[in-house]
Amino acid sequence: METKNKIRVLIAKPGLDGHDKGAKIVALALRDAGMEVIYSGLHQTLDQIIQTATQEAVDVIGLSIMSGAHLPICEKLMTMMKEKGLEDICLTVGGVIPHQDIPRLKQIGVSAVFPGGTSFEDIVFGMNKLFE
Amino acid sequence: MGVAKYIKDERGAIKEVIYQSGIKVKPVYGPEDLERAGFTYEKDLGAPGEFPFTRSIHPQSYRSRAWTTRQYTGFGTPEETNERFKLMIANGQNGLNVAFDLPTQMGYDSDHPLAQGEVGRVGMAIDSLKDFETAFAGIPLDRIGSGLTINAVATIMMAMYQAAAEKFGYSKDQISTTPQNDILKEMIGRGAWIFPVEHGVRLVGDSIEYAVKELPKSNPVSICGYHIRESGANPAQEIAYAFEIAKAYIDNVTKRGILPEEFVGRFSFNFNVYGNLWEQIAKFRAARKLWAKMLKNEYGVTDKKKLFLRGLFGGGGSGLTKEQPENNIMRGAYYALGAALSGAQTTALCSFDEAYTIPTPRSALLSLRTLEILMDEVGLRDTVDPLAGSYFIETLTLEMEKKILEEMKEVQQMGGMVNCISSGLIQRKISRQAYEFEKGLQAGEYRKVGLNTEATDKEAEKTDVELHEYNEEWAKKSKANLIELRATRNDKDVADSLKALEKAAKGSDNVMPHLVKCCHAYATVGEMAGVFRQAFGEWNEPEFY
Repeated sequence: METKNKIRVLIAKPGLDGHDKGAKIVALALRDAGMEVIYSGLHQTLDQIIQTATQEAVDVIGLSIMSGAHLPICEKLMTMMKEKGLEDICLTVGGVIPHQDIPRLKQIGVSAVFPGGTSFEDIVFGMNKLFE
Repeated sequence: MGVAKYIKDERGAIKEVIYQSGIKVKPVYGPEDLERAGFTYEKDLGAPGEFPFTRSIHPQSYRSRAWTTRQYTGFGTPEETNERFKLMIANGQNGLNVAFDLPTQMGYDSDHPLAQGEVGRVGMAIDSLKDFETAFAGIPLDRIGSGLTINAVATIMMAMYQAAAEKFGYSKDQISTTPQNDILKEMIGRGAWIFPVEHGVRLVGDSIEYAVKELPKSNPVSICGYHIRESGANPAQEIAYAFEIAKAYIDNVTKRGILPEEFVGRFSFNFNVYGNLWEQIAKFRAARKLWAKMLKNEYGVTDKKKLFLRGLFGGGGSGLTKEQPENNIMRGAYYALGAALSGAQTTALCSFDEAYTIPTPRSALLSLRTLEILMDEVGLRDTVDPLAGSYFIETLTLEMEKKILEEMKEVQQMGGMVNCISSGLIQRKISRQAYEFEKGLQAGEYRKVGLNTEATDKEAEKTDVELHEYNEEWAKKSKANLIELRATRNDKDVADSLKALEKAAKGSDNVMPHLVKCCHAYATVGEMAGVFRQAFGEWNEPEFY
């Protein structure tokens, strides 16, 4: 792989759900894999996530969603990203995601989906692949 | 995922076993182990029902009464939750354990922009007393106790429970509610916090003080090692942190001039059962003993009954896997066995489909039946604390006790639990542990059947479970109810009661009586929590790296 700048990732917890173990351990894993990781903290609105992503000039947003609301959240965030001209930021999502929802998420424009149980290795590989 | 570390030789024989709490287990235990540890029956165990209660808080334990089963229930609208409550009660469940949706837990009404897509999703949506009147209609509130799984706005739900009971004609001294009401653990794991630490603790203190004075049968706080464990703490830390949290609440209430003796008997605990069976059993036996000793020695509590560690020991969700979900049925049964061998007074199990979804009626009933089989079929009620006297279990219980005390000491040295949470020390520590554990699991250091064992069947991983569907109609219905409520309630009563609440919140008056008045006036959860938000502000989470 050619040399390039470190991938900058925003791990974000949208909405009201506070189960953040997954988000935090993935943040630690990506950091250990050499990425620059910003963690949003809990209870973020989509506006706040977009704002942080812009300010921090991230390459990827990684949403962690456990509540089952991944479809409406990703759809809305994608629309907002397009409106703000942030199409070059990749949107990825992890959490409690039933496998039957993955095609729909891809259709919405989500670049990669990492359902709970995906190994750190696969997440790091998947993230790197977005920039090959 | 909570399994021990096994170091094997090249032929697969186990050379070393190390539990998550850091205890090494020997191949064989004998009387010399107890002797070395200085074990004596009177000091370390005592008869069941006698100090230090290692064996049981009741002399006859399950002989006199089987455990109470409280499956976590609630979703959608109050109507639907009411139906599920009635189904569980008709099927033999004797207490309720109520789940609220996230907007309710976070103090937002169903029509708040932040509630979009979440109304009724992970629990029932409550906006006002009207909803409680529906949810608890026809439930005998003088016989059935209710655990309310809510924390940041637990005071509001406790007040609403009282107001609903009063509407149904019960008096406040007849009802029994156990709001979870443990805000400090929300800040360590689970994350449904709103207000800054000191205000959160003050609200817990208000509810304890109110319960002492007004709600004789209610238990105002249920301290949750459970979620701390789910967030990455080991079993010794689970107990240690829960006890240090309890001390923070005790300190708040005693500052109001109330003696520990007057209220600690109302504390209950919610602990986790997953991982190594023996470690869990030793953990609970050590916890009963340590709690009683701490209250007696540090807080001067003398009444025997107030030294009891009471609580729900429930099967942990973190032990379940998304892969091969049917395996979770068996896991649940073994966790329940651990709870029974530990003498749990109250129990509940995560249902096998919970790694995916809210349990369906079928899976919720299966959990209830699992618990019944233990009590009614295979003999867990036969005798009290059947493992007592085992060389292994007694040695392990003593070692667990030591580990718990070490973890408590560390928290004390860092300035107590409020400090540790405000600065993020505890959160960082257990996130790091969770990460290291997950790495170990992925590297195969810990074994999880169906996940990283040879037997994993890739096809079976894709097993479809029946999903509990989210229904968009719930939000529409809740919003319509809110519009109707706002049009029909007495605006002046609402405004007056909220104003009085604001005064109490900004001052030092107990907020509880004011909340009860707000509830009776049909003020909404969002309005009451809004008063608190304005008076207290919101918490800024410390960095977790």
